[in-house]
Amino acid sequence: MAADTLHINSGGVAQNTYDAIVIGSGISGGWAAKELCEHGLKTLVLERGRDVKHIKDYPTATMSPWEFKHRGRMPYEFAKANPLITEAAGFGEETEHFFIKDADHPYVQEKPFEWIRGYQVGGKSLIWGRACPRWSPYEFINPAKYGYGIDWPIGYNDVAPWYSYVEGFAGISGNNDGLEAMPDGNYLPAFDFNCVEKEVKKRISAKYPDRHMIQGRWAHLSQPKDIHIKQGRGQCQVRDMCMRGCPFGGYFSSNSSTLPWAAKTGNLTVRPFSVVHSIIYDDKKGKATGVRIIDTNTKQQTDYFARIIFCNASALNSNLILLNSTSNRFPNGLGNDNGLLGKYVCFQNYRGAVGGRIEGFEDKYYYGRRPSESMMANFRNIKQHDMDFVGGYMAFIDINRNRGIRNSDEQIGAGFKEAMGEAGEWGAYMYMQGETIPKESNQVYLDKDKKDQWGIPLLTMNVGYDDNDVKMLHDFLTEGQAMLDAAGVKDIYTIDNNWAPGRDIHEMGGCRMGKDPKTSLLNGFNQLHQCKNVFVTDGACMTSTANQSPSILYMALTARAVDYVVKSGPL
Amino acid sequence: MNRRDALSRVALILGGTIIGAEAFLSGCKNTSHPKSLADAFSLDNIAFLDEVGETILPTTASSPGAKDAKIGEFMKTIVTDCYEPKDQNTFVEGIGKLNDASKAKFSKDFMDLSAQQKHDLLVDLDKEAKDYNKKRKEGDPNHYFAMMKQLTVWGYFTSEPGATKALRYVPVPGRYEGCIPYKKGDKAWAL
Repeated sequence: MAADTLHINSGGVAQNTYDAIVIGSGISGGWAAKELCEHGLKTLVLERGRDVKHIKDYPTATMSPWEFKHRGRMPYEFAKANPLITEAAGFGEETEHFFIKDADHPYVQEKPFEWIRGYQVGGKSLIWGRACPRWSPYEFINPAKYGYGIDWPIGYNDVAPWYSYVEGFAGISGNNDGLEAMPDGNYLPAFDFNCVEKEVKKRISAKYPDRHMIQGRWAHLSQPKDIHIKQGRGQCQVRDMCMRGCPFGGYFSSNSSTLPWAAKTGNLTVRPFSVVHSIIYDDKKGKATGVRIIDTNTKQQTDYFARIIFCNASALNSNLILLNSTSNRFPNGLGNDNGLLGKYVCFQNYRGAVGGRIEGFEDKYYYGRRPSESMMANFRNIKQHDMDFVGGYMAFIDINRNRGIRNSDEQIGAGFKEAMGEAGEWGAYMYMQGETIPKESNQVYLDKDKKDQWGIPLLTMNVGYDDNDVKMLHDFLTEGQAMLDAAGVKDIYTIDNNWAPGRDIHEMGGCRMGKDPKTSLLNGFNQLHQCKNVFVTDGACMTSTANQSPSILYMALTARAVDYVVKSGPL
Repeated sequence: MNRRDALSRVALILGGTIIGAEAFLSGCKNTSHPKSLADAFSLDNIAFLDEVGETILPTTASSPGAKDAKIGEFMKTIVTDCYEPKDQNTFVEGIGKLNDASKAKFSKDFMDLSAQQKHDLLVDLDKEAKDYNKKRKEGDPNHYFAMMKQLTVWGYFTSEPGATKALRYVPVPGRYEGCIPYKKGDKAWAL
């Protein structure tokens, strides 16, 4: 054992040197690995969690409900010990192995912030929501235009070809609906609407011609193409058990798609159990030379070296790593001359939901468990700022039929059993996904004293809602109610869940892109202004949040940044 | 050792389910008014809860009942592992209360009632629980019968006999069809 340890250390620069290092194997890290490896670069992917191999490490993927001891529910003692992760979307007995345990990974909450994490090879790409709408040109422009942000250094036209590129490989199902607020893409066929959704869409359009309920654009192989078959993936089987890991490769994850693709080149090395301490900066060379990791099991520190470094540790962990990467040149964190690293953290506003029941479709049903939801494109503050809040919101809409007639005459006995085994009421549920304002006061920073079990400073969260978020919430609740009413929904209820930020799992920013090094950390190719061989292409790079789901944009920005690296020659 | 074995071993170590001790307890104690979880889930009381479940969701010509789904064992697992202590107490006391209600209405233990009497008693208790819940204020305990009924419905329709015989269970649908006909009496999808 000692000899092994010695060997790792004395392996020295040559043995631990790659062309590129990617920190993180989640949705953007997987893309960085794929693109770098395909361009012939020997690439090391560092992952702090354990390895998860496609199919082999999906232990619950094909289990029936009765095979789960608690039928999906977590034991009381677990929930009490893990109040944070127990509340995460998709968390349960079927998926718990893809989420952290609270006590293993502490952080400091200056203000309440629910930091949801999945530490394993593949990261949260195993357990993501899979919605993949594009941003419209307006989201890149409006924050600066209406005074709630800075200019993005890029616009829609810079990203559009890269959207097409990643959509094609990942496989996104959806329609091209011709909407300005949610541009068309390179999509596989969309899933069908059910009968009630069709009617609801029609009724909403009749009253609100500018509000578009469309079929969800979702990362599922509705009809795989050759490129997907080559990845070893098959058609989505419409099981809706995605977050257990899909043995068919029906949805996109690093594990099913980008990482095995990268491995096929022979250029990929993945090192699990490697928590990154910092990026190593060489004052003399004036650039980053490598990455310092701590093996999470042995606590052994090892340095790896490369000429190109991609930071894809997840939005807030990328902030943590950069803040902890100090040197004589950068005493406040890598690239942080302007002191803005960790600031302008934002998220998406998921506070509002409306719902109710729908009568009149008792003779209609559906077959299969569609793993996607309908979307309503943003209709606020697009071409002009005409509300009492800034930014827009989109919505997701679920319309399904319940199981069981709950108010049958018989409540005990044979008649009750029959009633509970029939299809019940149709219900509609609509929830918002809103843009939040990037604010300097919403920030994360390193705690001066507290450290985790590997001696890495804890991240402190000081991120909260703004009045703007509350105004937007109220507008959504009012308009959501009105739209459901127009759709004929009865007994409409509204919800303000008042979640702490973070539970949205759409945290962004802290290392934002921008034109001006005085007000941003990254340039238009996600390259640190002050340290050109370090790229940040996960959620940390976001200049603003927009209303649309961000993951597909991270993928596009990552592929675009690698293309830039390769074309720009030695850094 | 697979994960489920590991879990049951943990339960064993923590004293959640100690086979042998249970039989011992049920042999020397009156379990009709259990005071502890071990008492509540004696073999006799699991049979009692099976009977409660079977009365709520009985065997019919078209599908098996809750007893086939081992509903008593299911209640034991969930109450022991997933309920908070306050709800565990309510449930444990509920076993005695249900039997008391049986004695009050029919002057017999619940297990000695005819099927029709069991049915009539639980219809009363179901109404009692619903009336209680209408007036229930925040912080008031749950009603024990509401728990038993909820566990029965949940446990039965997610069990193999319930999901596959009282519902239509299609683990791998293979495709999505948005609009198909449905007629009254058709079984719902299990998932």
